Amino acid sequence: MNTLMDFLAKSLAIAEMELRKLFRDPMELFSRAVQPVLWLAIFGQVFSQVRGIPTGNVSYLAFMTPGILAQSVLFTAIFYGIAVIWERDLGVIHKLLVSPSPRGALVFGKAIASGARGLVQAVIIYLIAFAMHISIRTDPLAIVGVLACVVLGSAVFSTFSLIIACIVKTRERFMGIGQVLTMPLFFASNAIYPLTLMPDWLRAVARANPLTYLVDALRMLMIEGGQGTHSLVVSFSVLGGVFVVFVVVAARLYPTLIE
Amino acid sequence: MTTATTDTQHPSTGRAIETVHLTRRFGAFTAVDRVNLLVPYGGIFGLLGPNGAGKSTVIKMLTTLLKPSAGTALVAGFDIAQAPGAVRKRIGYVPQLLSADGALTGYENLTLSAKLYGIPRAELKPRIEEALHYMGLTDSAQQLVKKYSGGMIRRLELAQAMLHRPAILFLDEPTIGLDPMACLSVWDRLRALNREHGMTILMTTHVMDEVDELCDGVAILHQGKLAASGSPAQLKAAVSEGASMTDVFAYFSGGSIEAGGSYRDARQARMTAKRLG
Repeated sequence: MNTLMDFLAKSLAIAEMELRKLFRDPMELFSRAVQPVLWLAIFGQVFSQVRGIPTGNVSYLAFMTPGILAQSVLFTAIFYGIAVIWERDLGVIHKLLVSPSPRGALVFGKAIASGARGLVQAVIIYLIAFAMHISIRTDPLAIVGVLACVVLGSAVFSTFSLIIACIVKTRERFMGIGQVLTMPLFFASNAIYPLTLMPDWLRAVARANPLTYLVDALRMLMIEGGQGTHSLVVSFSVLGGVFVVFVVVAARLYPTLIE
Repeated sequence: MTTATTDTQHPSTGRAIETVHLTRRFGAFTAVDRVNLLVPYGGIFGLLGPNGAGKSTVIKMLTTLLKPSAGTALVAGFDIAQAPGAVRKRIGYVPQLLSADGALTGYENLTLSAKLYGIPRAELKPRIEEALHYMGLTDSAQQLVKKYSGGMIRRLELAQAMLHRPAILFLDEPTIGLDPMACLSVWDRLRALNREHGMTILMTTHVMDEVDELCDGVAILHQGKLAASGSPAQLKAAVSEGASMTDVFAYFSGGSIEAGGSYRDARQARMTAKRLG
């Protein structure tokens, strides 16, 4: 119990400082809002004229709104790891690792901060959706569910990003890999088209992609009449399981950043 | 929760650091080669040697950042490989680069350190204020660290490293890139930590004035091996009558001063200088 409290206290200490830095310079938060606006207002408006995409009983625009929220979570979180490369070059990581903090707490704290940052993105997408009169579920339980998804999704992808950073160790390589990963993760998911439209091989990839489960859960929780391929239990279990594995791996790799 | 407060009370006969055949290899390259060091509690100990001699690797091993390839080391009585957690509670560390977080205030940097070292909530504020006062940073506590001068950042780092009252403080080139006045203030604070708080200090340095000013004992590394150790006076006497620390350094590191630093060292020094700009 004591160990657990210690773990949480130290994770929160890391998360608190990350968030203080973020809100001290919120420019990045606002610039992150631009892309989803473009996707929904331009791409979404045009593609909702296309009748060939089977979206069940919801409009295409409503169908893609949770997908764009998931995308915005992914695109932000996937570059989170670059910060640790900075911190490594500055010697900050050395100091953290010399402290008697569990390695897992150092990693988990960053995931919490990334999760909290995802909440801001959720608010932005809700605002856009309201402005565009997309039929959004407003019952508190659904909203809480969406926020929980977003926190978990951000945590998953930011920890994934941290793992990449620990492996590649330099900014240049990291940016290259980040660029290479984002689009395939996005397109090989059900974010803007349903799994049923995909060729078999792509569907197989999409089923192994955590983003698919994030989109699935968000689609059920966020929009009126939204349907998912999997149940919420399955989606949350997959995301939660992936997160635990990622944290364990990242905690093992984190100390190798400075060797 | 344990807070390493009790560990500054130690038997004066005890050894702060004891290494036996401490070795670290990177692939085929042996960075540290069977080094035996004995550092008693209570003094300021200097680790010297040309760039690439293995000083930073020794510090990384002693601070549990790097596992030894062979050999053992006891720090504050605990084995660095078997009980790294126990070692971490009892040591403080100031890395070579000015590593306080520039986007946070001095106070926030200290709060983070205090929490990571598990200092109880009730003691958080008094400890932080004491450390700020001790390092002469009380007035700038609420400023962002990126507005600090190099000397202030170093003193903030010393404040961070003293919060949990470690028995042993490790510093990697503590005055690199600092102007002479900032150096003096850092030296003054290090001496105070040593005398008033009883902290044993181990530091690497290239500055021979620093050795003359501060160190009771030194070890000189050369190509990963221990070339000499003793008090500065002993080493000077061993070299020649009237020898300076620079003579001692040149004598035991085999004239390799000429070889110059590695690219990486040079780059880090430049980065530090730039941040101070």
